[in-house]
Amino acid sequence: MPHDTSAVADVNVTGERIQLDRTLTILLVGVGGQGTILAGNICAMCAAEAGLDVKVSEIHGMSQRGGSVSTVIRVGNKVESMVCDPGCADVVVAFEAVEALRAQHFLREGGSMFVNDEQIVPVSVSIGNATMPADARERLEGIGAHLIPAGQIARDAGSPRSTNVVLVGAMSTALPFAREVWEDAIAKRVPAKTIEANLEAFSRGRAAVA
Amino acid sequence: MGKQLLSGNEAIAQGAWEAGVEVGTAYPGTPSTETLENLVKKPDVYCEWAPNEKVALEVGLGASIGGVRTLVTMKHVGVNVAADPLLSSSNTGVGAGLVLLAADDPSCYSSQNEQDSRHYAAFARIPCLDPSDSQEAYEFAQRAFEVSEEFDTVCMLHETMRIAHTRTMVEVAGTRTQRSPLPYESRPQKFVMMPANAVRRTLVTNEREDALVAWAEECDLNRVELRDRSVGIVVSGALYAHVREALPDASVLKLGVSWPLPPAKLAEFAAKVEKLYVVEEACTYFETRVRALDIEVSEPPAGRLPRSGEVTSAHIRAAFGVAAPAHIDPAEGLPPRPPAFCAGCPHRLVFCELRRLKAIVMGDIGCYTLGAVAPYSATDAVIDMGASLSMAHGMELAGAADRSKRPVVGVIGDSTFAHSGITSLLGTVYNGGTGTLCILDNRTTAMTGTQGNPVNGVTLTEQAARLSPLDVPAGKQLDLVALCRAMGIEDVRLVDAQDLKAVRTALKEATKATERLSVIVFKSPCRLVDRTRKPMPTIRDCRRCGTCIRIGCPALGKDETGHPVIDPTQCIGCGQCAQSCPFGCIIEEG
Repeated sequence: MPHDTSAVADVNVTGERIQLDRTLTILLVGVGGQGTILAGNICAMCAAEAGLDVKVSEIHGMSQRGGSVSTVIRVGNKVESMVCDPGCADVVVAFEAVEALRAQHFLREGGSMFVNDEQIVPVSVSIGNATMPADARERLEGIGAHLIPAGQIARDAGSPRSTNVVLVGAMSTALPFAREVWEDAIAKRVPAKTIEANLEAFSRGRAAVA
Repeated sequence: MGKQLLSGNEAIAQGAWEAGVEVGTAYPGTPSTETLENLVKKPDVYCEWAPNEKVALEVGLGASIGGVRTLVTMKHVGVNVAADPLLSSSNTGVGAGLVLLAADDPSCYSSQNEQDSRHYAAFARIPCLDPSDSQEAYEFAQRAFEVSEEFDTVCMLHETMRIAHTRTMVEVAGTRTQRSPLPYESRPQKFVMMPANAVRRTLVTNEREDALVAWAEECDLNRVELRDRSVGIVVSGALYAHVREALPDASVLKLGVSWPLPPAKLAEFAAKVEKLYVVEEACTYFETRVRALDIEVSEPPAGRLPRSGEVTSAHIRAAFGVAAPAHIDPAEGLPPRPPAFCAGCPHRLVFCELRRLKAIVMGDIGCYTLGAVAPYSATDAVIDMGASLSMAHGMELAGAADRSKRPVVGVIGDSTFAHSGITSLLGTVYNGGTGTLCILDNRTTAMTGTQGNPVNGVTLTEQAARLSPLDVPAGKQLDLVALCRAMGIEDVRLVDAQDLKAVRTALKEATKATERLSVIVFKSPCRLVDRTRKPMPTIRDCRRCGTCIRIGCPALGKDETGHPVIDPTQCIGCGQCAQSCPFGCIIEEG
């Protein structure tokens, strides 16, 4: 998965301007290489298009080597900190179920969590130094997470590499940006020949939550 | 150009470019790396990777004295390497503006320590600017060049990972100031640091320090925000944003200039608030200096801030007694997910064999530092760039190999070897040392994102044009075998790092010959550079011995019965597991 690290250039406010009564925090977590950075950029672009202030903080470093990764997006009329502290995330999007559990305490009371219902076994488990949690799904359901088979949905849509955009579709239901703004942002951020497939993935991700 | 969402590093590149920077030099290092990778893409500026930070700063000094504005970037520990030219150039001053970007990493997200680079600014007595977001990074980068020229000094631009790797909105002008290079004239009394000149130039530095303090007192980059006067906080950088998040009503002295401090401004602020606090992370840089001005610094009412690690709004809330948002407890019993060697990584088999040899391994800085963790647990020490080879020599002098009956092996990557490993090796050769040194030549600087380096021969300009290291003509690459032979080492082997038997034989033979120095160059491209995939192997008649699992490939797992399972999405068909199976049960296709 190529990393989308280019800047969101030349932001023109095309969407309707939005005012928020407080800063919103979106936390994306996953495993290196899952496409969290692209998903974060799409979300940030929606906020910018709505005329909002936005900060996007990424932990780089060894992200391509299969470790835990996270991106924080904060949007508001004026955003201060770029970090998500425990209890501060309005939306948590987990690209992998164990990483969802690892991030559970960041969720705000009444916040939304969307989880790709898949588990990636870390090397620590395969070499026998640790075990996978047997009850990950139950624990996630217990805290009210939406479990979404995003990988399966992407494959069904004929675009297995669009798992991240399926999750963007899911998270879009919990954020105040219009559907067209999301679709416009996706069209600008993915390769031209994959726009249609990604918009389909986005649409199915939205439907999966409804 | 309007508003753009830029990382701190992108914003610094843009600001430097608009300031008319003509030369950029750096050694890659997280979190500084993208600055030059962005600058090189802009017109009318030349950028290059240096083999190390000392060279980068020296090239920068030459370019500056030669008359053009120059940007030099590095991570915090890189400033240690560049400290020699930095401390002495403090007395020479510069020609055209020279800005040194130092990028710190509190919490060691990708570093071996969390030192605060601003101590170097204070040590060298050079001004230091500290932006709090990308807008300021963009503006301060431009100001830094002005300050450098106005006060005839290197100007440090300081950032932390949270500034470097956070995108925030930036109002970009997009216009570059066209500048003519300064006319050159020899000024040996200014630039030749022989004792008589150095003594005289130190007097100039003294005067400059006074002038900088006067400037800092009046500078608009130091800003007072008077709100609730019961709490007054001195803060800079990303921590300003965290303070505003946690304590929106507090009065703040935001220091955009973190060296020198403005004594009168600090005293005036302290007098206006009931209690003065300092919020900083991983050091007591401000606290020590503010106290030295005889200004009382109070401890936060609900407890001290952490002495190490990144400080965020949560720590500030806790220290000032502000209730934390309610949340459920962190989950327990989760398997850790540290980074791991990629599927097909050419470092894997070398560390499997070092583990098998029970070698004492002096490691180095790069992806291969992961050789220290399970399932390899093969590395005994990692300190700094280039240390593996010199420390292995020291271990030899201590007789550690003889006493423990374990061979001592130094392990270093190609880029790190070019950075400072060559001189380490030279020291061993010169002094008649023995032992075995492994150079893991994966054709790239993988850890920081597959940069070019002197070994693979890809320049920064070529990297920006997407030249693959695999397409570089042999004559442009550094011939490591020839280099080692030229140093006088006779036992030099070139080994394919993906050939398990060859790796095993080479390590066995080299470590057995304890009377001489040997070098093994393990050559095979990083999988982030060579993305060739071969068919996935099949597993037949497995005896569940677990040997394949212990190579630690992320594409290899086990089912409930203990039978190995290959993940087809991650497997690239490298054949490492097939070679490791002692019973030949993993069969490569085709």
